[in-house]
Amino acid sequence: MLTYTLRRLLLAIPTLFLISLVLFFLVDFAPGSPLSDIPLTVPPEVRQKILEAMGYNEPPQVRYLLWLKQFFWVEPLNGFDALFGSHYAEGMQRIISYQTRGPVFQLIGERIPQTLKVIGTAYLVGVLIAVPIGIYSAYRQYSWFDQLGTMLAMIGFSVPTFFSGTLLIIVFSVYLGWFPTKYDTTLQVTDWASFLKQVRQMTLPVMTLGLANAAAISRYMRSSMLENMGQDYVRTARAKGMSERTVVLKHVLRNSMIPVVTVIALGIPSIFGGAIITENLFGVNGIGSALIGAIHGNDLPMVQTLAFIFAILIVLFNLIADVLYSLLDPRIRYD
Amino acid sequence: MTDATAAPRPESTLRAIWVQFRSHKGALFGLIVLTVLVLAVVIGPLLWQPEKLSVAKAIMLKNKGPSLRFPLGTDQLGRDMLARMMQAGKVSLAVGFVAMFIAMTFGTFIGVVAGYFRWLDWVLMRLTDMFLALPLIPLLLVMVMLFRDRIAGFIGPELGAFTLIVLAIGVTSWMQAARIVRGEVLALKEREYVLAARSIGATPRRIILRHILPNVVSSVMVAATLGIAEAIITESVLSFLGLGFPPDFPTWGRLLYDGLSYMEIYPIRVIWPGLAISLTVLSVNYIGDGLRDALDPRIRGR
Repeated sequence: MLTYTLRRLLLAIPTLFLISLVLFFLVDFAPGSPLSDIPLTVPPEVRQKILEAMGYNEPPQVRYLLWLKQFFWVEPLNGFDALFGSHYAEGMQRIISYQTRGPVFQLIGERIPQTLKVIGTAYLVGVLIAVPIGIYSAYRQYSWFDQLGTMLAMIGFSVPTFFSGTLLIIVFSVYLGWFPTKYDTTLQVTDWASFLKQVRQMTLPVMTLGLANAAAISRYMRSSMLENMGQDYVRTARAKGMSERTVVLKHVLRNSMIPVVTVIALGIPSIFGGAIITENLFGVNGIGSALIGAIHGNDLPMVQTLAFIFAILIVLFNLIADVLYSLLDPRIRYD
Repeated sequence: MTDATAAPRPESTLRAIWVQFRSHKGALFGLIVLTVLVLAVVIGPLLWQPEKLSVAKAIMLKNKGPSLRFPLGTDQLGRDMLARMMQAGKVSLAVGFVAMFIAMTFGTFIGVVAGYFRWLDWVLMRLTDMFLALPLIPLLLVMVMLFRDRIAGFIGPELGAFTLIVLAIGVTSWMQAARIVRGEVLALKEREYVLAARSIGATPRRIILRHILPNVVSSVMVAATLGIAEAIITESVLSFLGLGFPPDFPTWGRLLYDGLSYMEIYPIRVIWPGLAISLTVLSVNYIGDGLRDALDPRIRGR
C-alpha cells in the first residue's frame, strides 16, 4: 500500500513538471507585458531598467526556472514566515501580478476563502442530496421515484450551470425577489441578521452547483447500490432475519459507498472548474473570477500560477481517489 | 446514425440495433428532438428570411416582445431573434460536430496505436494522463486569448474564431476516447482472428484497418455522441465568459451572454438560447444512452 502510494507520488512529479512547462510557455507566448499600462511618455531606457529589475529581459527558459523556484521555494517560505513570524524569505523576489503589483499568492490567499465557502458548501449539499436519492432509487428500482430521479439526473447532467444559474436568478431574484442576484463579498457575519443575510446570498450559487453535482453522484450511488443488492451476502443477511433497514443501510450501503467515495473525491477538482462560471455569474470574489479577471487583463503571472494550482489540485485528488479506493476496498491490492 | 456501424451482417444486425434503440424511449425522444433542431437551423433560415431594415428603423423596433412579425421578438439593436437563434444554432451545432470529429479521430488514433504497439503504450498513456490532469477551462481560455487575434489576421475573425475554438476543444477532449479504444484494442488483439490474420502475414496496418477498427466503432460512436454534448457545452462556456465567438457571428452561448445584461427586464432573451443548448445536450445524451444499449450485444439479445 505504502509503496503503491509512493510510486504514484513519484509518478505525479514528472506529470506536474510537464504540465508546468506547457502552462508556462503557452501563457508566456501571450502578447502581455508588465509594462503595458505604464504611460508611453516613460523613456525607453527607463523601461529597459524596469524590465531588467523585474528579470524580464532574461530568456524564457531562465524565467521558467525562476518561476518554478518562486512557486516551490520562495512562496512556501513566505507562507512559513507569515505563520511563524520568521524572516527566511526576506529579500527574495515573489511572483508579482501585473495587475495589482502585489504578490500573486497574497491575492490568491484573499480569494480562496470565498471560493471554499461557496464551493465547499455546494459540494457538501450536492452529496447530501445525492446519497439518499441514490439509495432510495436503487431500493425501489423502476418505481416512479426512480424513474423521476433518472429523468431529473439526465436533465441535471445536460443543463449547463451557466443556464441553470441564470434561470434560478430569473425565478428567485427577479420574479420572486427572495434572494439577492449578486453575492456581497464584503459582508461580515457578526450577528444573527448578518448570518441570515449570508445564508440568503449563498443559497443561489450553492443550489446551482449543488444540483449539478447531485445529478451525477446520485446516479453513481444508485448503480453501486444496485450492484450490491443482488449479492449473496444481502440474501444471507435477510435470511438471518435482519430488518430491511439494517440490511440496506448497514450492509449494502457500506459496500456501495466504496466507489462513490472515490467518485466524490475525483469530482472535487472539476468543481473548481465549474466554480469559474458560477463565481462569474453571481459575482463571488473567488479564485475562479480572479482567473477570468487575470485573463482579460493579460496578467500572465497570475494566469500561470492559478492554472498550475488547478493542475496540482487535479493530480492530487486523482491520487487521493486511487489511494482511498484501495484503502476502503480490501479486495484491491496494488502491490 | 445506425448505418455507420460496419457489422458483418448489415441487414439483420442493423435492424436489431434499430429495434433495441427504438425501445429506449429517451433515445427516441432525443433523436426526434435533435433531428428537429438540426432541420430548424439548416432549413429554417431558408424559410424564415426577416425583412431588411435600415439601421434607424431597426433601432425603433428594438427590444420588442414576440409578435407575428418577430416570432421571438427583437434584441437591443432591433435584430430579429428567431433569425439570430437559427444562425447561432448552425454555428453551435457545427462546433459540436466538428470538434467531436477531431477529438474522436485523434483519440481513436492514439488509442489504437497505444493498444496495438506495446512499446508506445506507456508513453502515450502517460501523455493521456497528463492531458487529463490539465485544467481545461483555464487552458482553453488562455488559448483563445492568445491566438484569437493572430488567426483572425489570417482567415478573418469569423472563420478564425471557429477554427480556433473547434481545434482547441478537439485537442483537449480526445482522452476519454483514447482510453476506451486502447482498452478494447488490448482485448481484441489477443483474439483468434487477429492471431490468424497475423499468422498469414498481414501487416499491422492491415490488421488495424480491417480487423480492429471495425470492432471499436461501436464504443467510439457512444463516446462520440457524448463528445458532441461536451463540445457544445464547452463552446458555450467560452462564449459565456466572453472569450468565444464575436457578437456578429453568434452561437447560442454568445446569445445567452449577450442576453445576460438585459436579464432583469427581458429574461426571455436568455431563456431561448439556454433552452436550445440544454435541449440539444439532453437529446444527445439520451441518444448516447440508447446507442450504448443498442450497440451492446449482451443487452440487445435480451
